[in-house]
Amino acid sequence: MRITELFEKGEFVLTAEVGPPKGVEIDHLIKDAHEFLKTRVHALNVTDNQSSVMRTGSLATCKVLKDEGLLPIFQITCRDRNRIALQSDVLSAALLGIENLLLLTGDYTTLGDHPQAKPVFDLDSVSLIHAVKCLEGGFDLAGNAVDGKPPKFAKGAVVSPCSDSVDVQLAKMEAKVKAGCEYFQTQGVFEPDKFMEFMEKAKQFGVPVQLGLIIPKNVGMCRYMNANVAGVHVPDDMIKELQADKERTKSGDVGVEICARLIRECKDYAQGVHIMSLGWENRIPEILDMAGIAPIAK
Amino acid sequence: MLITQLKSKETIESLAEGKIVIINCHGCKEVYFAEHQADELQKELSASKEVTKIITTDYICNPDNLKLQLKKHMDVINAADTILVFSCGVGIQTVADQFQEKRVYSCCDTYQLPGFQGVTALNVDCGQCGECYLNGTGGICPITACSKSLINGQCGGAKEGKCEVDKDMECGWERIYRKLEKMNKLDNMKYDVPKVRNFGISKEK
Repeated sequence: MRITELFEKGEFVLTAEVGPPKGVEIDHLIKDAHEFLKTRVHALNVTDNQSSVMRTGSLATCKVLKDEGLLPIFQITCRDRNRIALQSDVLSAALLGIENLLLLTGDYTTLGDHPQAKPVFDLDSVSLIHAVKCLEGGFDLAGNAVDGKPPKFAKGAVVSPCSDSVDVQLAKMEAKVKAGCEYFQTQGVFEPDKFMEFMEKAKQFGVPVQLGLIIPKNVGMCRYMNANVAGVHVPDDMIKELQADKERTKSGDVGVEICARLIRECKDYAQGVHIMSLGWENRIPEILDMAGIAPIAK
Repeated sequence: MLITQLKSKETIESLAEGKIVIINCHGCKEVYFAEHQADELQKELSASKEVTKIITTDYICNPDNLKLQLKKHMDVINAADTILVFSCGVGIQTVADQFQEKRVYSCCDTYQLPGFQGVTALNVDCGQCGECYLNGTGGICPITACSKSLINGQCGGAKEGKCEVDKDMECGWERIYRKLEKMNKLDNMKYDVPKVRNFGISKEK
């Protein structure tokens, strides 16, 4: 199933991010997905060598999750593959029955664990969306016909509503929509006001947007994100909230409460929620319960 | 060694809006300049458009030299709507930087030929991609000013205007956006078919 069908039906679309392991031991990921995510989110994003750290591939992991009866979203970045490999992987996804894509430019190589690697960036997020759209129309990026029935995907992309250059982000968002993007997931939001302001401007594009959430695990993580992670800013009040009761922060309860509150505050402005739990998948059901979001009827 | 090749007459004509000042950069031993063809084209342009001045000088890639050379022409430059530059990619970027609010357009594509490359400016670089993007980006090169050489806009990696790759480097696309804003040319970022690079013609190192 394509998740665009859910948006079309007016569903509040819930997704969560999972990261393939560095290695081929995937049992733990599958177990967590069944235990905490299967009845709580519609689909699972599978990251593509997240943060430029080499891991097992997104496509293979998507196939494993699909075989487990889960709905995967294949994340593809332009960092490691040229247009030949990217289009080939998109066709491979269709062959494996994977119909949901999230198309990204990707972090730079030097941010990861192979800083010596050659950065590719032959295409970027916008031209990658365009390439997928071309394949859906029966032709590749070079204009050559693709044999047989063309594939059809839900084509997603990302945007940073709390970026300090939000106008530049909106211009890029518009380019993505024009290229054929059908849904957006946002970078982690900690500032509801900024998100609402952004959505007021973004609604003109008529494309559904899922509120992106990162569970704030501790003060150090928040300070790190404020200094280093683009488009993410944890306000001082929220940092104070995490400092107030060290035990409850350590146990994760404060982070869970913050996420639930962000959902409640932003819900009316978003068409869904995307949770990047960074290993805390087990806390996702609690966040959704607290936010008043019931398990999914399947 | 760099080779500059004139863009098509149609392209150059489409760039020539309002009062036009033309700047030619001759004299650099490391850049081949299509002097004769440029001269012919500029004559034709003068007949059909409002060309208020043709300036031929050298080493416009050096900002101090550029300022010095243009000093006596500043009245006519200030009154111009468009500056058409016939030079390598470095020269165009230097002129565009000097005149923040002007429409500075490149009339050449720059290629690289193997061999010794000459004096280049310190602040800007030309990627010699063979399909110059500067006319759509306010004279700031997306190939060399963006770490990922993106041509369809900013990635999500800029924080407080700085690049995710190097915190001492300004985000090239944020610079481009601000420059287009000043030029009242933000529509340059709106196009129906995304740009895709042609690495088949690029001589990029």
